Amino acid sequence: MTHIVTFTRSTPDTAAKVWVNSAGEVTWGDVATVVNPWDEYSLEETIVQAKNNGGDSTVIAIGGAFNDDALKHSIAMGIKNALRLEEPGADMNDSLVWSALAAGAIRKLGDVDLIIFGKESVDVGTDQHTYQLARRLGWTMLSYVSAILEVDHAAGTIKVAKMLEQGKQVIAAKLPAVISVMKGINEPRYPNFLGIRKAAKAQIPVWSTGELGIQLPCAATSALRYMNPPGRDVSAEIIDGENIDAKTAALVERLFEEKVL
Amino acid sequence: MSVFVWIETFAGRAIPSSWEALSAAKNLAEAIDTNLTALVFDVEAASIAAEAGRRGATLALVCADDSLREYRLETFAALLSELVKEHGPVAVVSVATNRGRELLASAAGDTESGLISDVIDLRLEEGKIIGTRPAYAGKVLMELTSNTATTFITIRGRAFPAPLPNDESALVIEEVAPIPAPAAIQTEVLDFASEAGKVNLSDAAIIVSGGRGMANNPAVPPADLSGDEANIWKAKDGYANTLTPLAEVLGAAIGASRAAVDAGYIPYEHQVGQTGKVVSPDLYIACGISGAIQHQAGMRNSKIIVAINKDSEAPIFKLARYGIVGDLYDVVPALTNALNKRLKS
Repeated sequence: MTHIVTFTRSTPDTAAKVWVNSAGEVTWGDVATVVNPWDEYSLEETIVQAKNNGGDSTVIAIGGAFNDDALKHSIAMGIKNALRLEEPGADMNDSLVWSALAAGAIRKLGDVDLIIFGKESVDVGTDQHTYQLARRLGWTMLSYVSAILEVDHAAGTIKVAKMLEQGKQVIAAKLPAVISVMKGINEPRYPNFLGIRKAAKAQIPVWSTGELGIQLPCAATSALRYMNPPGRDVSAEIIDGENIDAKTAALVERLFEEKVL
Repeated sequence: MSVFVWIETFAGRAIPSSWEALSAAKNLAEAIDTNLTALVFDVEAASIAAEAGRRGATLALVCADDSLREYRLETFAALLSELVKEHGPVAVVSVATNRGRELLASAAGDTESGLISDVIDLRLEEGKIIGTRPAYAGKVLMELTSNTATTFITIRGRAFPAPLPNDESALVIEEVAPIPAPAAIQTEVLDFASEAGKVNLSDAAIIVSGGRGMANNPAVPPADLSGDEANIWKAKDGYANTLTPLAEVLGAAIGASRAAVDAGYIPYEHQVGQTGKVVSPDLYIACGISGAIQHQAGMRNSKIIVAINKDSEAPIFKLARYGIVGDLYDVVPALTNALNKRLKS
């Protein structure tokens, strides 16, 4: 039987206002978190791929208990198992620490041959943990996947389309593999009533380095401070004129004065 | 102790934003008082390295082996990690393209080094490299430093200048041998469909973007279409026949809001915003885009924003430097005409 794993986390909604408060902490007030928006596509793809192959699916979050909301949403969508990794005192936002925990869990699960990520996390805005997990495991990495064309778990092969800045590639590769998928690969489903009930009852196990039998590396980076971005010069000029031609001609002159043309 | 810069190449040439990475790396090397080493892995490495020399690299480590003709993460990461272990550079810099992001993260993982990704500013403070990067899709900025001997850095495109090359070069070229990838990992490129000719959103100096308002096209759809299908037809016709002519006059890339992409008006590759591309052109012209916070996250760092919208209360006007209140299907053709006249005069 095949076993597909995906990772997710709780993040503020894309429409939420996020700012740095007077204590220097990032906050989004009391707006509820959502499942990381990029992960809706990886969750959907995991459900579909596991179903196509009659396999098992597991979603994992790394970090504090606030991530349980994202895990329960994943179960409500149709992922079979959820699990959270947390190591008190560790900097779980550091990608080397993160990938060490993730690799420990994949090895403990034992039977996984495909890991599906969303493109990145909208909070920290990076994808570096995905590549570092693949390197720790020694698995094939396929990023920016826009379509999974074929997977043969028995033969250990996968074929995908992936996006580059210069165009689209079709790549054949060996399993086990870590892939990251783009928006547009599928239409994420909404949780149904049965799924929501299942999620409400779900007990989510929490594993730390003790259960995983691993030691964590030191954090390789330190966040020094957070800042609000400089405000924009919001002196908007609404261009007026007798008619549309006068307005657009005036706009063109302004753009030449600004030296952007 | 040198600063490394990976020169990303495509089809035998350096991609233009690689020179932004070289310039950021050169400034860093000067601040640290060390030299700049360009890494070029391409069958055409010699000519690419020569240009890196004219831009300030004093050493180039090049590998022109045929196994590197096609970029593959496993062969490139194996070689980069090996060179980092051998030379112990103080920093490794590249631009944060798809390939730059995965290659530097992989090599940082292999060498257990810190990576500061997608930086918009770099400085040296008491001997430590400090990178400023956007988080929460640019709603917040963060400063990071690395705790390891080598710091990997990816820079955001268009955040650093790319000065023109000099005639002079003090470059020494050193050839290095490829490192075979582990047998367990094998990828093979079967097919490639180029999108050359289209202007890339991330590199574009000017972007013309269309939103939900694209469906208000007065053009009449075929009689057998109604409802959503008719709106999709009208919006697609608008991108092709109203926005594209403006983009062509300006040499601009075409962008879109999430609302337009989700409604099926235009493919996802064009989406600007928190779950699309984050862009910072000199000029961003938002047509029929209300300016939802998730769109703003992707374009608020544009130098000049122009808003064209029927609704004078639309949030986009709070972000714009210039605005025209009006139907984009009246304003955009008139703007295209005005530009054509002005650019030909």
